[in-house]
Amino acid sequence: MDDALSWGSIFLRIAAQLLPVWVALIATFALSMQFKRRLGLYGRIFDSPVGMTGFGLVMFWVFTAIFANWIITHDPLAQLSGMKNIAPGAPLADPAEGAYPYYLLGGDHLARDVFSRMIMGAREVLKIAPAATVIAFMVGITLGLPAGYLGGKLDTTISFLSNLVLAFPVILLFYLLVTPEIRVTGIPIVLAAILFIFPVIFLVILFNSRFFTTPAKRNLYVGLTLLFGLWAYSGLAFNADPFGVWSMDPNMLNVFVSVVFVNSPGVFRIVRGMVMDIKTRDYVAAGQTRGEGPWYIMLWEILPNARGPLIVDFCLRIGYTTILLGTLGFFGLGVTPESPDWGSTINYGRRLLAIAPHPAVVPAFALMSLVLGLNLLADGLREESMKD
Amino acid sequence: MLMFVLRRIGVMILTAIALTFIVFYMTNLPPNLEKLAKSEASVRMDDDAVASWLERNGYGGSVFVRYGEWLGVMPGWTLTDEDGTTRGRCIAEGTDPAAAPTFCGLLQGNWGFSTVFKQPVTEVLARSLGATGWLMLWVMIVMVPSSLLLGVLSGMREGSRTDRVLSTFAITTTATPEYVSGVILIALLASATAGISPILADAGWISGKTLFPGTATSAMDDITFWNFFLPVMTIALYGIGYIARMTRASMTEVMTQQYIRTARLKGVGFRQVVMRHALRNALIAPFTVIMLQFPWLLNGVVIVETLFNYKGFGWTLVQAAGNNDIDTLLACSVVAVFVVLVTQLISDIGYVFLNPRIRLA
Repeated sequence: MDDALSWGSIFLRIAAQLLPVWVALIATFALSMQFKRRLGLYGRIFDSPVGMTGFGLVMFWVFTAIFANWIITHDPLAQLSGMKNIAPGAPLADPAEGAYPYYLLGGDHLARDVFSRMIMGAREVLKIAPAATVIAFMVGITLGLPAGYLGGKLDTTISFLSNLVLAFPVILLFYLLVTPEIRVTGIPIVLAAILFIFPVIFLVILFNSRFFTTPAKRNLYVGLTLLFGLWAYSGLAFNADPFGVWSMDPNMLNVFVSVVFVNSPGVFRIVRGMVMDIKTRDYVAAGQTRGEGPWYIMLWEILPNARGPLIVDFCLRIGYTTILLGTLGFFGLGVTPESPDWGSTINYGRRLLAIAPHPAVVPAFALMSLVLGLNLLADGLREESMKD
Repeated sequence: MLMFVLRRIGVMILTAIALTFIVFYMTNLPPNLEKLAKSEASVRMDDDAVASWLERNGYGGSVFVRYGEWLGVMPGWTLTDEDGTTRGRCIAEGTDPAAAPTFCGLLQGNWGFSTVFKQPVTEVLARSLGATGWLMLWVMIVMVPSSLLLGVLSGMREGSRTDRVLSTFAITTTATPEYVSGVILIALLASATAGISPILADAGWISGKTLFPGTATSAMDDITFWNFFLPVMTIALYGIGYIARMTRASMTEVMTQQYIRTARLKGVGFRQVVMRHALRNALIAPFTVIMLQFPWLLNGVVIVETLFNYKGFGWTLVQAAGNNDIDTLLACSVVAVFVVLVTQLISDIGYVFLNPRIRLA
């Protein structure tokens, strides 16, 4: 039996394990630096050290999630005997043929490899957080544009509803929305049915308002959107996809819907505020005089001019969603005990903090670095977009 | 001004009613009631028995009527059993049904009975809110001055080295949710095997095994620096970064104003300019932010009290939610919603008072 690894060799071995990530990161940075003048706002991230650091951190986790299968040293669910709560760098008690001979970051309370679980956890988080944020943005934009542009009763009603959700303590909402009992009542499916239709509506209006003067093109785009949108919609919201391509685990759906539900009023508020500001500009008045329809003005005149703050908020919001998902995991809501996601790993690890801190500390640092990266990226983007 | 406050209070009451109704509806969903019936009466009841138990205990009828009863604007239910005794929502065990009041809900001070703590909800709430009050007080004492100081220091010379360092610190703490910073702090300061405690113990600097205890349960009876430091720091850290960044933004804006330049050109020293001219105007925005932090703090309180096993409001909420204690959960949400709405109102009114440029017709 080998000796335990020292900290230096642990880090060296982790770095070696992450090789695909380093290669991909270097390739991304080299290409982006090469062409940064032609890449618009994205290229300008590389002018600010803060933005570059943030982008590096975020891409590190994105690539880790993509290459997770090659990076992990053990099956994240496998429990090896004798490895319970073992310290980082410990050799396997009785190594099987061809197995990686060490637990690089130690074992958890069920003798699973902390390192592999952390890597697989990145995949869990990055699967949900950006997707949930995108849907929340579509909901917020689709409701915020008319509320800010048209105002009146519509605005009052939607604003009241969004303030209602915002006044709700998030934890309480999660405790009410993410329980096994609630799935029986079908509330998550109703919420999903309402929230998931917004992306379809958004895209249909987007294409229709742009191309309604050339019906052939319009019919093509709107038709394709409806075809794919409703196909995905039926699968994701009702689990009724006839081909079985789109589907979502009911547990996951519950978590996903709650996170979208919590996030969309915030987006709504921002979009509404910006629309109220931008609609007083001259180019909007010019569009109105040209006889452009309200939806064309909202989606093709106002929205592109609001993109700067929206992109910044998007980055911050992914970070916030990551924190929310972690909170859910921390309270053991809506996730299976086996799931390697960071929140629930921290939750299980925290009970043994006094004897074996590493099972909780490793995912804690992982979560922190991802959110920090997103915040730095947002800061860099904000700085660069202010320079216009 | 008065009209503004009245209108705000009107909207607030409407919001409170809507929110409490949502919570009431969600906690009284059929599966929750079924679970309640099984835990209160017998686990092995079939569906018919559950339905009749619910019917007999006032859980039948429409959810609107039951919400009215709970709130105290509808007469409480009464039922006469086959043996002739009359029971009801407002009739205590063994008292004369005729003498019982018609209404007994939230407004009459009847908050229900906790099935987990086996106590009236008001007692549970009073105890846990007291505990959380101390926690919040210390969080505020730590968080507000330090975050304002950080923000002002980094905002008064934008782009300087101090600004860079402090801004990095602020952005790091906002990226660290309570459950992460709590875990890291415990591992660093309160673990017998990791962090600095083993080193200190070996050197004989501390008598126990760890520098700080990993739980705050003992703080329920007696708050000391040692058992309260970690929970307070965990909540405060997350807020510090956010408030500091807001203060910094507001301070940098104020520092570019004409009157600051005028003061500088008149020959007033930099220190005087900051203290006399900039500070007061720069602190208007952070005031609102601090007030709106309360809902966030509530979040942090729930996490930290769970993590450190401090039996305050957040811990009670988690216990109630986890054990289907409907009355306690409802009461907790009433308190939470109340706190959120009142702080919003205070921040709006305070903003108007602090900023003479805003006038409300």
